[in-house]
Amino acid sequence: MTEPEPVVELTGITKRFPGVVANSDVHLTVRAGEVHAVCGENGAGKSTLMKILYGMQQPDEGTISVGGEVVELRNPQDAIKAGIGMVHQHFMLADNLTVRENVLLGAEGLYGMGRKARAKLAELSDRTGLHVDPDTLVENLGVADRQRVEIVKVLFRGARIVILDEPTAVLVPQEVDALFETVRSMQADGYTFLFISHKLDEVRAIADEVTVIRRGTTVGTVDPKEVTSRQLAEMMVGSELPSPETRESTVTDRPVLRVSELRLDADDGDRSVLDDVSLTVRAGEIVGIAGVEGNGQTELVETVMGMRKASAGTVELASSGGELRDITRLGTLARREAGIGYIAEDRHRHGLLLRQPLWSNRILGYQTREPVSSGRLINPAAARQDTERVVEEYDVRTPGVEVLAGALSGGNQQKLIVGRELSGEPVLLIAAHPTRGVDVGAQALIWEQMRAARHNGLAVLLVSADLDELIGLSDTIRVMLRGRLVSEADPATVTPTELGSAMTGAGEEAA
Amino acid sequence: MINWRTALLPPALAIVFAMLLSSVALLISGANPLEAFATMGAQLFHGNTAVSTVNLAIVYYLAGLAAAVGFQMNVFNIGVEGQYRFAAVVAAIVGGWMQLPPVLHVIAILVVAVASGALYALLPALLKVYRGVSEVITTIMLNSIVFGIVAFLINPEQFGVLHGNNLSTEEIAPSGRIPGIPLGEAGTLFGFVVIAVALGYGYWFMLNRTRFGFELKASGESKTAAAAGGVSAKKMTLAAMLISGGVAGLVAMPELLGRDYVYAMTATQGYGFTGLAVALLGRNHPAGIAFGALLWAFLDRSAVSLESIGIPSEIATIMQGTIVLSVVVAYEIVRRADLAAEQRRVGRAGNGRPASVAEGGAV
Repeated sequence: MTEPEPVVELTGITKRFPGVVANSDVHLTVRAGEVHAVCGENGAGKSTLMKILYGMQQPDEGTISVGGEVVELRNPQDAIKAGIGMVHQHFMLADNLTVRENVLLGAEGLYGMGRKARAKLAELSDRTGLHVDPDTLVENLGVADRQRVEIVKVLFRGARIVILDEPTAVLVPQEVDALFETVRSMQADGYTFLFISHKLDEVRAIADEVTVIRRGTTVGTVDPKEVTSRQLAEMMVGSELPSPETRESTVTDRPVLRVSELRLDADDGDRSVLDDVSLTVRAGEIVGIAGVEGNGQTELVETVMGMRKASAGTVELASSGGELRDITRLGTLARREAGIGYIAEDRHRHGLLLRQPLWSNRILGYQTREPVSSGRLINPAAARQDTERVVEEYDVRTPGVEVLAGALSGGNQQKLIVGRELSGEPVLLIAAHPTRGVDVGAQALIWEQMRAARHNGLAVLLVSADLDELIGLSDTIRVMLRGRLVSEADPATVTPTELGSAMTGAGEEAA
Repeated sequence: MINWRTALLPPALAIVFAMLLSSVALLISGANPLEAFATMGAQLFHGNTAVSTVNLAIVYYLAGLAAAVGFQMNVFNIGVEGQYRFAAVVAAIVGGWMQLPPVLHVIAILVVAVASGALYALLPALLKVYRGVSEVITTIMLNSIVFGIVAFLINPEQFGVLHGNNLSTEEIAPSGRIPGIPLGEAGTLFGFVVIAVALGYGYWFMLNRTRFGFELKASGESKTAAAAGGVSAKKMTLAAMLISGGVAGLVAMPELLGRDYVYAMTATQGYGFTGLAVALLGRNHPAGIAFGALLWAFLDRSAVSLESIGIPSEIATIMQGTIVLSVVVAYEIVRRADLAAEQRRVGRAGNGRPASVAEGGAV
């Protein structure tokens, strides 16, 4: 046996949350000096597993051994002592402090704060390719550099095993390449990486071994060089590969939503968050908006919904007669009454009242309409009854409609929202990341419902970060970059890679 | 569905805890706790204590409702105090000056009171909605300003009259008074009790049956979710503050129209602050507030009876304090326990075993 010793071994890890088994009997062996990828769908249990390894949560069963010794990781400090560090998907940096201060904060005891710490920081920066002045404020750094600061932070604390949680989600392809280069050079220096991702191409590009997690349990460990992306994908989702594809076109020539030259100025300064955005969604059509997050998609959705006031331009919606009506001046409620259904990107902030029962949530956004309301008066009995219908039709797993919305899991909350938004007989559905953070089962159901509604003539404006979802569901894809719609793509022919480069502006420069 | 355990267990626990704690205080001060509690209980059967307790509770109930309307929208209207005193003095002046037939006169005074209470809440409401100024700060400041306003308005040079050594407004004619409900030897109950009960029902109806109440609750729980559902948080904040002020305007009315007929410099203060505690105690529920108001009034009255057997009346204040503190803690504990229980229940739903992640359990 010439294989290096396993440095991390997870055996039989099981973690239960109230009502949910997040991990059951997970086995994972990571060898020294390798890049080990952990793959799985959203909600498959990757994050829980990593939280367990980083001491943020304790397993109900199973053991963790690091370097051959069984350890008990009660908190992240224990994990750091064992040499395990984690770079979170959402950075944990203080923007108003410098790079050096961020790295040293809380680790002053290791190398002091003087010359020794500086020297260590310089050495690690060099190793991770962080070429910035350590006295720069973090708020002035780009995303890729911030990520490196996070890695330096982890190494500074003595980690030899680094967990990277979805590190590429926030990066553009060029930055991904640079990150991978850094990872490889550090690997040569003897560091071990755990790479969490659901992007198969990246996993195949960087990993030495891949462990696939499905439904909370490990399905198997494979060598990425010996399997295809397709095989990996099938391992991730089981035999039946749910596909978001819409087959026959149901697009009509009747416009339902027409946005013309829409502009939205930022709250501060004279920047435009949305600039000259024009698009049309027809009945039976799904128009997908692709873009790296933060390029104006959220603002576009909220402006169309009337939650933000457009600085210029018009929004028109088809009335029941079919002709377009200017709704630019209407408020959110009036727009909803005019037939817009809205699946918000953040269901906790915008979609639900978490401390209210399900039936009360059925009323939200529909407080003026039958069956739950007669305009001025609410009808709780009818709301309960209709919520029961939604629960039934959309397979919301709940013991009843009196349950508080906050007690449901993400997937069931989202099914409830989709059910509610499709209940008001909308002419237009605005769906922002409709399947984000939901399980495979709920995802399939939501796609199915959206397809069925489209078939019945619903117009859909779909914003998603999931390129497969966009390509699979959309009839037309528009790419958004820095507040503008920069290009159009045909979902029948475009590949995720092409779409990805258009999203980062690479296509724009080439043109 | 009303979850009785969630609703009733916390206040019961809080009262027991408060009794234990005040027993300790009683023992330290050398008194017999059992004797003290017996005296407090027995006072209800002496003279007019029971009726006067209820009369006081009516006032507290109105103050509690005023505070609760604000709480529903996450507005902390500390200004109930200032609003009710401003409304009282304005209503007393207008009521004393007006000459109207019986029922109309009363209605006119009530309308003036509600309008002045709302008016006094308007400034903090506007500042909060358009300038983001915390209503806590502005209403506290307006509470101290009202002292000057009252003093100014009932000065004889303005609208006041001097009775002996006491300044007050002019007396309201009998046509503008609300007759009491005589209960023989037990005393006279404020006729305003009918209005208070109607107001409590109106409050319940508004919250649970009207679109406005739904929007208020939704906006109070999550401004962002309500906004996505078409509810303007600004509008709701403004409305909650004004309604709260309007109800606050009625706080002094039972005494003004049922007993005093004038508003004097020496009129009791502090009802507004009691209202906040009572609303907290009653968890913003109309029946709960009624219970809280009665309990509070009972403890207030107990102070007097305790003193008569040589026990420091501060024991009643200690009980009030501990009850409010422990009720807040108890509600939170029970709420968390219930949420956990509900999550387990959700987990068991369907197939009788925990749903796996892939089946909709999710993480």
